[in-house]
Order: sequence, then C-alpha cells, then structure tokens
Amino acid sequence: MSLLKQDDRITAETFLEGIWRDNPVFVMLLGMCPVLAVTNSAVNALAMGVATTFVLLASSVLVSLFRKLIPKEVRIATYIVIIATFVTIVDYVIQAISLDLYNALGAFIQLIVANCMILGRAESFASRNTPMKSVVNGLGMGLGFTLALLCLGVVREILGNGSLFGLPLFGDGFQPWIVMVLPPGGFIVLGGWLLFFEWLKVRKQELSGDEEAVHGS
Amino acid sequence: MSDNPQVDRAHKTTSTAMILTLGLVTALSGFLVVFVYQATKPVIAENKRLAIEQAVLQVIPGAESFTPMLLTEDALVPVAPGIEGTRVYAGYDGENSFIGLAAEGAAQGYADIIQLIYGYKPACECVTGIKVIKLAETPGLGDKIITDKNFVANFDALDVRLNSDATALANAVVLVKKGSKTNPWEVDAITGATISSNAVAKAINASAQQLLPQIQPYLEELEGAQP
Repeated sequence: MSLLKQDDRITAETFLEGIWRDNPVFVMLLGMCPVLAVTNSAVNALAMGVATTFVLLASSVLVSLFRKLIPKEVRIATYIVIIATFVTIVDYVIQAISLDLYNALGAFIQLIVANCMILGRAESFASRNTPMKSVVNGLGMGLGFTLALLCLGVVREILGNGSLFGLPLFGDGFQPWIVMVLPPGGFIVLGGWLLFFEWLKVRKQELSGDEEAVHGS
Repeated sequence: MSDNPQVDRAHKTTSTAMILTLGLVTALSGFLVVFVYQATKPVIAENKRLAIEQAVLQVIPGAESFTPMLLTEDALVPVAPGIEGTRVYAGYDGENSFIGLAAEGAAQGYADIIQLIYGYKPACECVTGIKVIKLAETPGLGDKIITDKNFVANFDALDVRLNSDATALANAVVLVKKGSKTNPWEVDAITGATISSNAVAKAINASAQQLLPQIQPYLEELEGAQP
C-alpha cells in the first residue's frame, strides 16, 4: 500500500502511461458509462473528455495536497466530496459556456462523479504522490481518456450520422447506420477498438520474438 | 494517509480527526461551489434569456421585438409579479406592428418532457416555426427533431385554423408516416424517431387547442397596441 521511500521524479512515463500503456479506456476499461453513452458524436466525446480531464486534474491536486492529512478511514468519502465539488463546478461552467452543449451532454456531466477512473487515480496515484507529479499523470490520463472517447465518437458519428464534427461527409444517398448512434453501437465500436489494440499488442510481441509471452500463458 | 505502515498500525485515527477532516473538506467544497455558482449565475440566466429570446424571434418570421404577456382567465396582460396565467410572447415587426404570437408547448418524449416554443400568425392562422428549448432525447436520433431539415419544414406553415364556432382547432395537428403528408395540418414523422416526432406534434396540438380559442378575442387589441 505505501512505499517507504517515494520516487518523486517526474518522467515522461508519468505522463505517457495514461495515453498508451495504461490507457483508462482501452487498457484499464474504466469509466465505461460515459465512454458508451456520450460518444455518439465527436463534439460530445470531446466535451465529455475535456470536462472529465478538468475534474481529474483539479481533484488530483486537492487529494495530493491533503494526502498526509486525510485519515485512511475516511479517505474514500473525502475523495468523493472533492470530486463531486469539481463536477458541480464543471456543470455550472458548461451551462455558462453553452446551453446547447449542456443539453447535448445531459445527465452525463453529473455522472462524472461516478467515473471510476477519477476515483481510481485519486486512490492509487494522487494520494501517494506530489501535487506536481499527480497533475502530470492526471493530464496524461485525461488526454488518454479524451483520445479514447474521440476514437469512439468519430467512428460512431461517421457511420451513424454520415458526418464529422457536425459537417456532412457524404451525399444524400448515404443511409446512416442508426444502430451506431444508439447504445449497442457504443458496445460494437468499443469491441472493435479493443480488438484492434489487442491485435497490435500481440503483433508487437510476436515481432520482438517473445513467443512465450503470447502463447505461453 | 501516513507513508509509514508501522506508524499506521500503532496509531489509531480518532473520531475527532475524521470528523474534522470531513468537516474541513466539505466546508471547502461548499465555499468553492457557492463561489462558482455566484460567478456563473448571471451568465447562465443571460444564456437562458437569450435562448428564449432567439427562439421567439426565430419562430415568428419578420419579428424584431417581442413582449412577454400572460393570458389569464379574463384578460391578456403584460407579465407582472403576482399574476398567473399562460405565458405568450407578442411579436412585433420593425414598424412596431403586431405580426404574431409565440407560445410554449410541452409533451412527453422518449426520454423526458420535450419543451418547445412555436410561433403563430393570425394572418394565415398557421404555425410559423418551432424551436425546441429543452429535450433529453437520444442524441443523434431523437434530437433530429431539431436538426432534421425536412421535419422542421413541417412547421413553416402548419395549418391551425379554428373551427366555425372558434372553440377548438378545425383539424387537430397529427403525425403521419414520413412522406405521406397531404394536408397542411399533418406532420411528417422522422424515420426512427417516431416517438420524439409525435411528442412535438402533440405538444403543439395540446397547446394550440387550448390557447388559440382563448386568445382570439385579444388579437385585435394586440394589433392596436404598441410594445
């Protein structure tokens, strides 16, 4: 649980692990609720990613600042209060920026509270590292999450609506795949991406000649 | 959390420390939320006002200004505190003459209540446009009631004539299957979003059936008045 000596150095890996090696969506499969629900268009995916990243960063800083003061018995309650605070703030800010965007994201803004990626980061990273390191890591994780949402949002919008960021791509002859903008489409596209990344991983291991790691286990 | 497991075991956290921590964190949270709420409140109220204002001007083509009015049991009066009634917006053109009304309608959609504003012109006895104010329909599907051009075109001149004794609409606004609209009071549905389309038709029908017969006596009054 706790390390006796901590490594406070910030390396490229601190930032990059969220984007590739430990991508919250494609590797850790965390925060599936918004991943599946709001990725039916690229704009919604982007807005959700940015909102989540903000909550993640802000809560990481606070959790990290108070990490020595929070008794371990009430740590989860404390993290949730901190996260809920920033979600409420994001909720107001999005309403102030654009009511259209707020209507499009609907209840999923409030549901950022229940995004296990954020609680997971607070528990496993911010509560053990310096604020600076937590911010760098949170930024990577948030970016990884946003990119993953965009991966889904772009595919679903192109296939399900024939457009990208609201701009029509095909002529009137295009028949949208309505299932893609519905919840099942989210599962289908997520499955497709997971398959793709797994295939990449296996291929990489095969190329490096490490047959054991692929077939051995 | 302590960094040293030995210290953790020896030292048991007292209830006071837990209460104090939670109390402090919640106090800080409360402060932050109130601060942001206060800071964004005027902007949000302004956004909502602009949304309604834009909607009203959009649904009454040619309107350049409007006055919010309340239709009570026995009068049509400007909005004032303490008066209850149906809210309507009287739209005026550039020369300050009355050209149309905007009113609010609502009906149960697929996910939640759909709220909209629609325009009405006494000159053609028709609906002149709609604008959805609030919806929670499936994004990319139910929200086509906003984005689908063919569907929105249904409401460019939707017939809402009153019957001969002016107690109800001559023809109720009804939803028909896409492409089968033959009468000016019918609404072409969106394929795959029938429930949402139907909600829009129902919202307009319900509101117009009630409001239009009631407001007829006051229309002349409005035409003479200045905003």
